[in-house]
Amino acid sequence: MHPAPSLILFTTLSGLGLGGLAWALFALGAGPSHAAIMMVAFTWALTGAGLMFSTAHLKNPKNAWRSFTQPGSSWLSREAWLAVLTLAIAPLVSFAVATGRLPGAAVALPIVLCILTVLATAMIYTQLKTVPRWHTGWTPFLFVILSLAGGAMLTGRSADAIGLLLPAGAALAAYWLSGDNRVRQSQSSMNTATGLTHGTVRAFEMPHTGDNYLLKEMVHVVARKHARRLRYIGFGLAILVPVLLLTLVPALPIWLVLAVHLAGVLATRWLFFAEAEHVVGLYYGKR
Amino acid sequence: MAAKGTAPVTARGYDLSPKPGDEIRKTTCYMCACRCGINVHMKDGKVAYIEGNRDHPVNRGVLCAKGSAGIMQHNAPSRLRAPMKRTGPRGSGQFEEISWDEALQLADDILRPLRDTNPEKLAFFTGRDQSQSFTSFWAQNFGTPNYAAHGGFCSVNMATAGIYTMGGAFWEFGQPDWDHTKLFLLFGVAEDHDSNPIKMGIGKIKARGAKVIGVNPIRTGYNAVADDWVGITPGADGLLILSLIHCLLKAGRIDLDYLARWTNAPCLLDTDGMLRRNGDGKTLVIDRNTKAEVPFDTAGILPDIAAPGTVMEQIAERYLSDEYAPESVAARCGLTPDRIRTLAAELARVAFDEAFEIEQEWTDFRGETHKTMTGRPVAMHAMRGISAHANGFQTARALHILQILLGTVEAPGGFRFKPPYPKPPEAHPKPHCKVTPGKPLDGPHLGFVHGPDDLTLKEDGSPARIDKAFSWENPMSAHGLMHMVISNAHAGDPYEIDTLFLYMANMSWNSSMDPKGVMHMLTDKKADGSYKIPNIIYSDAYSSEMVAYADLILPDTTYLERHDCISLLDRPICEADAAADAIRWPVVAPDRNVQGFQTTLVKLGAKLGLPAFVNEDGSAKYADYADYITNHVRKPGIGPLAGWREGPEAFPEGTDAPGGRGEAPSDQLQRYIEHGGFWMRHVPAEARYFKPWNAAYQDWAVQMGLYDSPQPYLFNLWCEPLRRFQRAAEGHGTRQPPDHLRARIREKLDPLPIWWDPSEDIPDAESYPVHALTQRPMAMYHSWGSQNAWLRQIHGMNPLYIPTNIWEAQGLKTGDWVKVTSPHGAITVPAAHMAALNPNTVWTWNAIGKRKGAWALSEDAPESTKGFLLNHLIHELLPPKGDGLRWSNSDPVTGQAAWFDLRVRIEKAPAPDGEQSQPNPGTSASPVPEGAANLAWQVRK
Amino acid sequence: MTQLPAPSNVKLGLVIDLDTCVGCHACVTACKGWNTENYGAPLADEDPYGAKPEGTFLNRIHSYEVQPETGPAQLVHFPKSCLHCEDAPCVTVCPTGASYKRAEDGVVLVNEKACMGCGLCAWACPYGAREMDPSAGVMKKCTLCTDRIYNDNLPEEDRVPACVRTCPAGARHFGDLGDPDSAVSQLVEARGGIDLMPEQGTKPVNKYLPPRAKDQAPEAPIDILAPLLAPMTPGETDTPKGFLGWLDRALDSLPGGK
Ligand SMILES: Nc1nc2c(c(=O)[nH]1)N[C@H]1C(S)=C(S)[C@@H](COP(=O)(O)OP(=O)(O)OC[C@H]3O[C@@H](n4cnc5c(=O)[nH]c(N)nc54)[C@H](O)[C@@H]3O)O[C@H]1N2
Ligand SMILES: Nc1nc2c(c(=O)[nH]1)N[C@H]1C(S)=C(S)[C@@H](COP(=O)(O)OP(=O)(O)OC[C@H]3O[C@@H](n4cnc5c(=O)[nH]c(N)nc54)[C@H](O)[C@@H]3O)O[C@H]1N2
Ligand code: SF4
Ligand code: SF4
Ligand code: SF4
Ligand code: SF4
Ligand code: SF4
Ligand SMILES: [Mo]
Repeated sequence: MHPAPSLILFTTLSGLGLGGLAWALFALGAGPSHAAIMMVAFTWALTGAGLMFSTAHLKNPKNAWRSFTQPGSSWLSREAWLAVLTLAIAPLVSFAVATGRLPGAAVALPIVLCILTVLATAMIYTQLKTVPRWHTGWTPFLFVILSLAGGAMLTGRSADAIGLLLPAGAALAAYWLSGDNRVRQSQSSMNTATGLTHGTVRAFEMPHTGDNYLLKEMVHVVARKHARRLRYIGFGLAILVPVLLLTLVPALPIWLVLAVHLAGVLATRWLFFAEAEHVVGLYYGKR
Repeated sequence: MAAKGTAPVTARGYDLSPKPGDEIRKTTCYMCACRCGINVHMKDGKVAYIEGNRDHPVNRGVLCAKGSAGIMQHNAPSRLRAPMKRTGPRGSGQFEEISWDEALQLADDILRPLRDTNPEKLAFFTGRDQSQSFTSFWAQNFGTPNYAAHGGFCSVNMATAGIYTMGGAFWEFGQPDWDHTKLFLLFGVAEDHDSNPIKMGIGKIKARGAKVIGVNPIRTGYNAVADDWVGITPGADGLLILSLIHCLLKAGRIDLDYLARWTNAPCLLDTDGMLRRNGDGKTLVIDRNTKAEVPFDTAGILPDIAAPGTVMEQIAERYLSDEYAPESVAARCGLTPDRIRTLAAELARVAFDEAFEIEQEWTDFRGETHKTMTGRPVAMHAMRGISAHANGFQTARALHILQILLGTVEAPGGFRFKPPYPKPPEAHPKPHCKVTPGKPLDGPHLGFVHGPDDLTLKEDGSPARIDKAFSWENPMSAHGLMHMVISNAHAGDPYEIDTLFLYMANMSWNSSMDPKGVMHMLTDKKADGSYKIPNIIYSDAYSSEMVAYADLILPDTTYLERHDCISLLDRPICEADAAADAIRWPVVAPDRNVQGFQTTLVKLGAKLGLPAFVNEDGSAKYADYADYITNHVRKPGIGPLAGWREGPEAFPEGTDAPGGRGEAPSDQLQRYIEHGGFWMRHVPAEARYFKPWNAAYQDWAVQMGLYDSPQPYLFNLWCEPLRRFQRAAEGHGTRQPPDHLRARIREKLDPLPIWWDPSEDIPDAESYPVHALTQRPMAMYHSWGSQNAWLRQIHGMNPLYIPTNIWEAQGLKTGDWVKVTSPHGAITVPAAHMAALNPNTVWTWNAIGKRKGAWALSEDAPESTKGFLLNHLIHELLPPKGDGLRWSNSDPVTGQAAWFDLRVRIEKAPAPDGEQSQPNPGTSASPVPEGAANLAWQVRK
Repeated sequence: MTQLPAPSNVKLGLVIDLDTCVGCHACVTACKGWNTENYGAPLADEDPYGAKPEGTFLNRIHSYEVQPETGPAQLVHFPKSCLHCEDAPCVTVCPTGASYKRAEDGVVLVNEKACMGCGLCAWACPYGAREMDPSAGVMKKCTLCTDRIYNDNLPEEDRVPACVRTCPAGARHFGDLGDPDSAVSQLVEARGGIDLMPEQGTKPVNKYLPPRAKDQAPEAPIDILAPLLAPMTPGETDTPKGFLGWLDRALDSLPGGK
């Protein structure tokens, strides 16, 4: 799939924001403080900014409001609702908790909404049978746990971050390895795509000699060597280095670690798209 | 089926019952030469949508990719906008726009002195012309012998072999009997002129489950849907066919009755190899009943093919020889002997074991009545794959003889002629070349020669025509040799000309061999600094590569903006079951300062005072081409259009429907328009098959104006005109070939088909082991398609397709480039892999490559970066072979350009700088502005 | 509604004959022409005369080479447009409700007035049947020419999709695949029509007729074929003289011969 910057930034930043918001709310629920309130406000804004990137992906944003109309079936619609609910409810609950109108436990609601929003984002990809690499439980797990891990760093919780980074690393590895297998074992092949079963099928001529939307959007080809290298870099920056820094150099400002982690997540997110092969590539002999 | 429910339906606010337009205007497509009927839907006076005309005999409602994309041709930015005069050097593409008055005056200034002094100094050649009966008439009036259209570089082998052998050819002059055939054998066709009819026909027989066999080195398109693929090595079809004939003769699986009655197989030969004739010139046969020697058309006889001294004996003698045994030929064909035998067996099985009768009584020209029509359901079709080789004439003859031996021509289930064919070779005009300054030529330029006496030679024996057609070099060049005009004019051989006047032919590019050489010839100068070809006038509708090489441009309209006439005098739209002709008419007026080329010729003719274009008082005879179409009288009662003629001639005794003769009503064009742009008369049921011998057909054809009197004839297995040339080469007669051509004529103009290997003429052939071919893409018409925003997305560049064995041997990968070298030159081009390909063959799509600056495309358009022409590797002359002569790269009989004899060698090569295919002939300035950056074409608002 | 309707009885769709498609692209431009002028925004082309022309098409022709275990490679032209799936994933993923499947005939459409151009439906389609229009920014797909098949302004016989009407080879058939007695259903039955990528679970309505077996001519030893090509008396026709003798007798045996 085409690694569109808007989508990489959207998923990464909204994930980070929502994870951060969840932790900030948690902190607020544990005991209101000026710092906690500021942190809620900051992560709320970051989430909003991250979500804005998703609209950059729309070719006809004037109809974006309509994406609220189909929560019954569409994960994207659900995500829209959840994001808006989260952004609306989080400040209300925070205000109520901060002013003592609601007990601290009330933050559970916006926290759950944060996580559900990340989950919904992940489900947009997970639901696609057409992209075998995404079509797995590891996808939502990875999105949520990375969101929370990043959020923990964002809110200065190194211990929690370490605790989350370790399973996140495992999930990342599992996502990659099982993904490689899933692609290999996918039932779809050029034979099933064309229904031509009496021999080996090879694409001869494309329908057109130029590019088209499908090729640009869904038939992104990334060299295996390149992908492998990026996996190491991504894993290193997103998981390994932060864990090491957090444990070995606790004095380091956590935002520095977060920056490293963020760079790593961006790399893995780039790979998330770039490595994902859409079955339509079979029609173009590209897979 | 139509969906259920007819009430107006809407879907979420969309009108599901939109009006396709305010009005339908029915005219004829010209996105190619197939001439399909189209419905042009107009909205607010603009072209909104084009679809096929369901009533039209050619396409019955369907359209091809090009036809459906006509709207993008019509609005293409490449359309020329006004007459233009060259301002920069030739080839630079620099012009200024001028008025029509000035343009016609310039043409007059050039042409008038030529006509007054030496009309042959004008060479007028028209390329993809659909008005040849008009343009040739104009040229004849001008008085120059130098006229032809594009047939010579196209498929004159096919046309000529067909007409000399059976009085009609494949091309678009005949068609398989799609309704009855059970086995369809297709030789060397990628697309052909009958684009839609062939597709419809293949669809029809496939739906019936009948079998299609494709003989072609390349398995795309029709050959891809063929049930069996015979992946022959190029140039060997003649050998394969003669071997099939060998097998059929040996097995006695030939149609004896058919051969005896309808062919010259039973005709007697004299010791000179000439057909024996009686005092009336009629060929003689032995009547099997009386054993008497009688003229072939004697009533009540059954000619005896088993008699000694007949043509049949010669055939047996020649083809039973082991030389043609499958074992002898298989290797050169790239096939196994068994494959050839199987094919022969299959042909015989279907022709004879699946024969059928149509219950239809008919009477033959000998007066005998037949209760039924016997069907031989084997149909064949062939085109340039066999004709564009130097041995193509004889190969095409061989194929016709195969058809005839099986008795399938004009039999139900076989191959059928379309009116005005069949027509015996003798019924065609002979070529004329007598020039008188200030006067018309003494007759039509092109025609069919029957021996040395008919050649167009000057007193001194040198060619009378600039293209050397009908000379000893290519005596039977019935369509002229357009591909030789520029090089001969440049060389001043056989003489110098003054003006090259071209219409609709991209001669500096895809229709020439060696385009760079041609570009040089067009711009080459004499010592005094003047151009070797002093004047070049050109008419194109678009900014083609050729435009840059003209001094004066006479811009044509698009096909939706002008009158055209697809005439029975020319290449009409007939079907085997009907005579038909058609028009184009301006469904929209041009929005630029352009005018239909034929109207330009009408006006120029009047200005020059050409007799047929002026009245007694010198005033213009016709206002424009439309006026000419209606009012021109070719022969009494006969003119460009056959439809809706009136008067007693139109209704001869006993008929109530008008034929093609009579007076043209003044509103003839309007009647065509009301009737969908065409006119059609069906062939009566008893006249539908066996037309050359069918009395009912012959009478009907006379009534239609196709002949002046019935013209029954026999198929020429033995081709006597060839024998006449051969005899001259053997030293008989007064007109003698030059010595250097004597041996070739004796050998190659054999009255029975022969085969020779065209690559034997290539010195050092082993260094060029691979055959290189081009194919027509179905979605593109030559160079025209690339200006079309929709079509160019389908074929924006063309790789060289390479078979698996070479691909692997060269270690090629997707995206690699190859250097392709022929004896004439080298190109470096993108490569692609193809498995379904003869292992000795590489190929590419024809005419996708474009010159930078042409067609209103940007300079970095893929057509001119990665796209390429194979033409750079082909030369109109063969490489020197040490006899001091340069032999032409063409068929020695007809002069047909041998495009497909090209041999090359392939080597992997680094991609040239900027991934620019080589050679790159540079950029010429565009005489039109570049096109829009975005298109969202919609007339509806 | 983005949810799929209950399966309709009428399932309009196409049947595409891979045995007959010659790969001419006629259906491609006919489709482009009709759908540019009618339903929704025109199908735009970017850089139409430049280096990277790229436009929206609702129907495209691929071609594939098939190498069977024995025999020469084959080539198959392969038209592809929306298959109007019964379980259309493109519909259920759509957040705006712009994508929908018609309850009455199963046609899958995009309401361009509601589409926000997110592209998710194109991702959900396994077949590459949807393309985002570069100018209008809305999702484009085959409409099964809904604006032809019910169009009162067209003569009855023309109420078929533009691609079907134009296909010169007759390789495209339109009809109700929900009705087992319809001509298209019969054709699918007779020719063993198949689904593309059945494993995707989309249940396409459109069916493909696989190419018939090719290159079946027996490449067998000659004696099996001998009866078909055997002369009347073996050996007799080997020489011209013998041949004429044989001819003579053969002619005698013809009706009216003697
Ligand atoms: N390598 C290779 N070369 C070949 C062939 C091959 O098979 N291989 N085939 C050969 C054959 S058979 C042929 S016929 C030739 C064809 O070659 P050409 O006859 O050159 O054919 P086109 O490219 O169609 O060019 C015709 C010209 O007509 C112009 N034109 C189009 N419409 C109109 C119109 O309405 N009015 C006017 N006045 N002009 C118009 C076009 O712009 C173009 O410049 O190519 C030959 N060249
Ligand atoms: N779409 C479209 N239609 C056209 C045209 C066009 O440009 N585009 N051009 C028109 C014109 S001018 C012409 S002349 C006709 C030509 O129509 P075709 O005769 O179909 O011409 P080509 O495309 O040159 O195809 C020649 C075929 O012969 C095969 N071939 C080459 N050498 C051999 C051989 O030795 N033996 C055999 N058996 N096969 C061989 C090639 O593989 C190819 O398939 O098409 C006309 N129709
Ligand atoms: S075959 Fe195509 S381009 Fe040629 S006349 Fe017919 S519709 Fe037009
Ligand atoms: S083919 Fe694709 S776009 Fe069409 S209905 Fe099926 S999934 Fe949707
Ligand atoms: S692109 Fe349009 S139709 Fe497709 S999912 Fe998005 S909103 Fe729906
Ligand atoms: S049914 Fe209509 S919209 Fe669909 S591919 Fe055919 S022409 Fe295009
Ligand atoms: S129009 Fe028909 S034959 Fe041509 S590509 Fe389309 S389906 Fe195939
Ligand atoms: Mo041609």
